[in-house]
Amino acid sequence: MYTTEMQKTAQVVSAEDPEKLAAFEARVAADEFIEPKDWMPEAYRRTLTRQISQHAHSEIVGMLPEGNWITRAPSLRRKAILLAKVQDEAGHGLYLYSAAETLGTSREEMIEALHSGKAKYSTIFNYPTLIWADIGAIGWLVDGAAIMNQVPLQRTSYGPYARAMVRVCKEESFHQRQGYEIMMHLAAGTPEQKRMAQDALDRWWWPSLMMFGPTDDNSPNTAQSMRWRIKRDTNDELRQKFVDITKPQADAIGLTVPDPDLRWNEEKGGHDFGAVDWEEFYAVVRGEGPVARERMKARREAWESNAWVREAAVAHAEKRAAREAA
Amino acid sequence: MSKDWPLWEVFVRAKGGMSHRHVGSVHAPDAEIALRHARDTYTRRMEGVSLWVVPSAQIVASDPADDGPMFEPAEDKIYRHPTFYDIPDDVKHI
Ligand SMILES: [Fe+2]
Ligand SMILES: [Fe+2]
Repeated sequence: MYTTEMQKTAQVVSAEDPEKLAAFEARVAADEFIEPKDWMPEAYRRTLTRQISQHAHSEIVGMLPEGNWITRAPSLRRKAILLAKVQDEAGHGLYLYSAAETLGTSREEMIEALHSGKAKYSTIFNYPTLIWADIGAIGWLVDGAAIMNQVPLQRTSYGPYARAMVRVCKEESFHQRQGYEIMMHLAAGTPEQKRMAQDALDRWWWPSLMMFGPTDDNSPNTAQSMRWRIKRDTNDELRQKFVDITKPQADAIGLTVPDPDLRWNEEKGGHDFGAVDWEEFYAVVRGEGPVARERMKARREAWESNAWVREAAVAHAEKRAAREAA
Repeated sequence: MSKDWPLWEVFVRAKGGMSHRHVGSVHAPDAEIALRHARDTYTRRMEGVSLWVVPSAQIVASDPADDGPMFEPAEDKIYRHPTFYDIPDDVKHI
C-alpha cells in the first residue's frame, strides 16, 4: 500500500562478499534487527530506502486530501479532531524520513525526488475529497488499510523502520475510529446524509483495495522482501484480511460495499470478492490519477512559498551563533 | 553537500523519576528550534515531561564491527551475578 513495490524487476546483485552476505541473511532469518551501522547488502539498502521514503511521501502527500477539509469541517469538534489527525500524518512522515536517512540518503534528496515526480507515493492520495463524508471514508478505509499494512512492519528487520512503525501504529487507531464515527453518524442521519456516506464508500472502496498493491503473481519482489523481513505478508493476504474485517463494519452501519460479487465463502473461511480494476491502478501509478498534478503542485507550492521561513530560521541561528562567539 | 538542517537526537523523560530515553531525531538550525520540533514531533500525546536534544554529530558510538572485543569479555564473568553463588535455602535474607 503506502509501500507498494512498483519495481517490475527483481534485481539482487550478488557482487557482495559471500561470507558477509551469508552472515547477514542468517541474522535476518533469525529475526534479529539490522541497525544503521551494521553491514548490509546494497540491494537491501536500496530497496529499503525506496520503501521507507515512499512510505514517508505517502504520509506527507496524504495530508493534502484531508487538509482540504479542515476549514470546512461541520463542527468545532470535528475540526479539532481532523487537525490532530493531519498533524499526526506529518509526524509519521517525519519519523519515516528520519528512518530512511539512516540508510544514507539525505532528507533534501528525498524531498527533491518527490517534488520532481521521480518518487512514488500511494495511489490512494490521487483521488479527490469531494464531500465531507470522504473524510469519514478515508479514516475508516484508508487508515484501516494502512494499519493492516503497518502492524506487521513493527517486526520488520530494519531497526529504525520497525521503531518508526511502532510509534505510527500507536497513533493510527484513533484515525480509523474517528473516520468510522463520521460514517456512523452520517449513516444514521437524514436520508441525504446517509446517501453521502454511501457515495463516499462507493468511491473509496476500490481504490482502498488497490492500496495493497498488485496481485501476488504480479509482485516479483515479494519473495525477496519477505526473506529480508521488510514485508511480512503478501499483497493478496492483506487485501483478503481487509475485506473480511471491513465488510461487517459496513453492515453494522447499514452501508453497502459496492461489489456485487462480494459474498462469504464458508469453505475458505473468507469472502469472495470481485476483480480489482488493475488498468485503473497502473494508470494512477503512472501519474494519471484524477488529482495527481494538483497534489504535486500543492506540495511544491507549500515548499517554495515557505522557503522564507526556513531561510529566516537559518539566518537567526547564524546571527545568534556569531553573537555568542563574539 | 546536503543543505539539510543539522540532525538532533531527541530524548524524552516519560515521567518524573525515569531516565530520558531516545525516541528519534529531528532536523533544526539551532537548539531552540530543535526543542520545538521535538515537542511537536514526539510529545503530541503526553509522552513526556522533559526533553533533551543533542546534536547527532556529537554522539560517539561504538563500532558494530568491534562488538566482539567490546562486549564479549563480560560473557565469562558470570561471578558478577548473584545467582552464581550457591547459598543453602535455609539461610535467609541474603
Ligand atoms: Fe499515517
Ligand atoms: Fe493515519
